[in-house]
Amino acid sequence: MRQLCKGNVAVVKAAIMAGCRSFYGYPITPASEIAEYAALLIPQVGGTFLQAESEVSAINMVYGAAAAGQRVMTASSGPGISLMQEGISYLAGAELPCVIADVMRAGPGLGNIAPEQSDYFCMTKGGGHGCYRNIVLAPSSVQEMASLTMLAFELADKYRNPAVLLADGFVGQMMEPLDLELVEPVVPQKPWAVKGDLETRKNLISSIHLTPDLMEAHIRHLEEKYSECERNECRSETYRTEDAEVLLVGYGIVSRILRSTVDLARQHGVKAGLFRPISLWPFPSKALATAAKSAVKVMVVELSTGQMVEDVKLSINGSMPVEFYGRVGGNVPSAEECQAELFARMEVLV
Amino acid sequence: MSEYNVSQCRTPVFFDRFERKDENQHQTHYCPGCGHGVAHKLIAEALGELGLQDRTVMVSPVGCSVFAYYYFDTGNVQAAHGRAPAVATAVKRSNPGSIVISYQGDGDLAAIGTAEIVHAANRGENITVFFVNNSIYGMTGGQMAPTTLIGQTSTTSPWGRRPNNEGFPIKMAEMLSALEAPVYIERVALSDAKHIMQARRAVKKALQLQKEGAGFTMVEILSPCPTILKMEPTVARHWVADTLIKQFPLGVYRDRKPEFEPVLVPQKGVAELLGISGKRLSDEERHARRQHTRAKTIKVSGFGGQGILLLGQLIAEMGMREHMEVSWLPSYGPEMRSGSAHCDVTLSHDRVGTPLVSTPDVLVAMNEPSLRKFAPHVRPGGVILYNSRQLPEDLKFEGLTVACVPASEIADQIGSAKVSNVVMMGALLEATDCLPFTTAQAVLSGLVKNRKLAEMNEKALEAGRNYLDTEVLVGAVAGPDGCGE
Ligand SMILES: Cc1ncc(C[n+]2csc(CCOP(=O)(O)OP(=O)(O)O)c2C)c(N)n1
Repeated sequence: MRQLCKGNVAVVKAAIMAGCRSFYGYPITPASEIAEYAALLIPQVGGTFLQAESEVSAINMVYGAAAAGQRVMTASSGPGISLMQEGISYLAGAELPCVIADVMRAGPGLGNIAPEQSDYFCMTKGGGHGCYRNIVLAPSSVQEMASLTMLAFELADKYRNPAVLLADGFVGQMMEPLDLELVEPVVPQKPWAVKGDLETRKNLISSIHLTPDLMEAHIRHLEEKYSECERNECRSETYRTEDAEVLLVGYGIVSRILRSTVDLARQHGVKAGLFRPISLWPFPSKALATAAKSAVKVMVVELSTGQMVEDVKLSINGSMPVEFYGRVGGNVPSAEECQAELFARMEVLV
Repeated sequence: MSEYNVSQCRTPVFFDRFERKDENQHQTHYCPGCGHGVAHKLIAEALGELGLQDRTVMVSPVGCSVFAYYYFDTGNVQAAHGRAPAVATAVKRSNPGSIVISYQGDGDLAAIGTAEIVHAANRGENITVFFVNNSIYGMTGGQMAPTTLIGQTSTTSPWGRRPNNEGFPIKMAEMLSALEAPVYIERVALSDAKHIMQARRAVKKALQLQKEGAGFTMVEILSPCPTILKMEPTVARHWVADTLIKQFPLGVYRDRKPEFEPVLVPQKGVAELLGISGKRLSDEERHARRQHTRAKTIKVSGFGGQGILLLGQLIAEMGMREHMEVSWLPSYGPEMRSGSAHCDVTLSHDRVGTPLVSTPDVLVAMNEPSLRKFAPHVRPGGVILYNSRQLPEDLKFEGLTVACVPASEIADQIGSAKVSNVVMMGALLEATDCLPFTTAQAVLSGLVKNRKLAEMNEKALEAGRNYLDTEVLVGAVAGPDGCGE
């Protein structure tokens, strides 16, 4: 049966369904409900919730729980995500799986608590030090806050790497029907974990490789893993792209707005289509190029001054112009505004 | 001191050969006379004597002891600089039967990791911290530590530590003993055989207490660092005995258990906890069941405290129960606190595109500022429900249905200002016919347990509906349902 549920709450419910019994976090708007509901729900199924003294500690607790073999998660936003970057680098370096929900708000600095999509760079390209990647999934509805959280746990374990749920303040705060079906989570064996028993006594969790050759070998190993992830885990969605002359590209809440823009544009005789990346890393470059086949122009819309647009340009590889429209600071364009921006760039007069 | 050299140590808790080391697999990486080797040995012996080897997880820090995992044949987790107590916290909580050691230097514990150690201690984590205080940063080549003595030179305190610039040496054993939760904190020194024997007892006691599940234990170990201090090993040990101990007095700082009753959380099954019940309907089934409803985009606005967000949620909940696609998007943040609030609701027969309602079919304006703000954006043919007996004189709306419903007044008459939003809900259902009244009644009665409030809600819903039906001269520009699909 469907239940009306807030995006942030759906994350916690999905985590529990995925067998996550460990949550370590620190409150920050607009992600706080995730910690609050984790505090309420996870102890009721025998799990651990702990409010850490900072995001620095929270991510290191995540590291400890992951090292001990737990399905574990944390959640934060802008400033807290900045504080977690060192820990995320350690998690990737030590090949520890975990899920990090980033409900993005406006920055830089304290910024404000309204929605933005300005953590794209720091989550998809690094943010912490070293050559590593996060697996990054971008939900656009409450149902997907749940389904992509579950997928994030699965992928994190599969690749032994942090997986990020990159949501914006709107998707976190809005309520929509959530349809959950009870399934037993499939949690893989983790023979590498350190559990404080005879069987795992020999195990070591570490990211130190002292000599250049050993370090290089480790980085190459990670690189190979990331290539495999790129081959297998690209996810995206299209809407009315078959005959699209102009392709709109957006993720998260923006993809919802653009879906309406596509309909509006078509009412005015402009054949628009939508490409929505679901995995931001790995970025679905091939699917994007395919979706753009019939198009003469691409327009990317983001709640940033232009971050994902760089990956779109790399995917399109100069074969057609890539326009950009961004709003920031918590301002979110309406479907009509996006349509107007599109038409202005296409020199369509209405 | 040679009998305390790890290489010659015969405890099964150490590896026979240090195979994780690149070269020199029979020797440690520690300098001759370094206290870390001795501290390692004391810990390994205690673990062996207490039979804890298999259960132990050693969390090693960043510092000279970063390679503790070369030596300890136990589970090993390497942590970021200063974060070992946070890592250890979660390692322990994940497997409460494990014995978790956070082994840290003074830069690690008392500088960069100050927050982590204080809070792990304050929570009474059932872990043991071995804090090796050598008054200096060893690994990075002799920079000042928070424990560096007044006047002591280092590469970053070349004029000697000056209280006017760097403050005073920090006393962690004393500081942490000011907290409620820790059960055992002692400071010992690796200066001579007698003190090493005392250190041995302290290390074992701390681990024994963890084994018993007692709580947070810490042993601060004053330790020689001959290389950085540029002293012969024996001179460095004397320096610990003669100088370091003066600044950091030895002794037991805490040895008692805090009294409290643990509070346990009641347990539930996952399905019950998450509200998973009934069977899932297919999209087709849902589609068939929502034919009697009408798609609408709605904006609800007013002052915080008027139940604006709740009214929107109730409408969304009703739509969902009638198998529609719905979304509810609040204005959130400081706006909420400064007094104005609004939310967007979409009731749809198809997958909802944008959840932002920029041009609503229906505007519920609970106060004048929100009427002025949002009314100009209402779709032609749309409906405005305004919480008042009449519109402000200067406002005129062409092509819209405007209904003035004094919801607050009606709610006061019913007995509570709180139900003004429910009055508006009655009016909205009557004006738009988007959802059945029975659903509203069901949603409301499911919402409130308090009998009196439930009765008021029922009256409010009815009153809103009737008011619209009988009192309002509906704008007549379009019919009451002129907001179009
Ligand atoms: C975030 C971060 N900052 C700085 C360093 C560099 N660093 C490595 S060890 C160390 C000091 C360790 O000193 P201490 O904790 O006293 O241990 P010792 O080496 O003396 O045993 C520093 C500053 C680091 N690894 N990480």
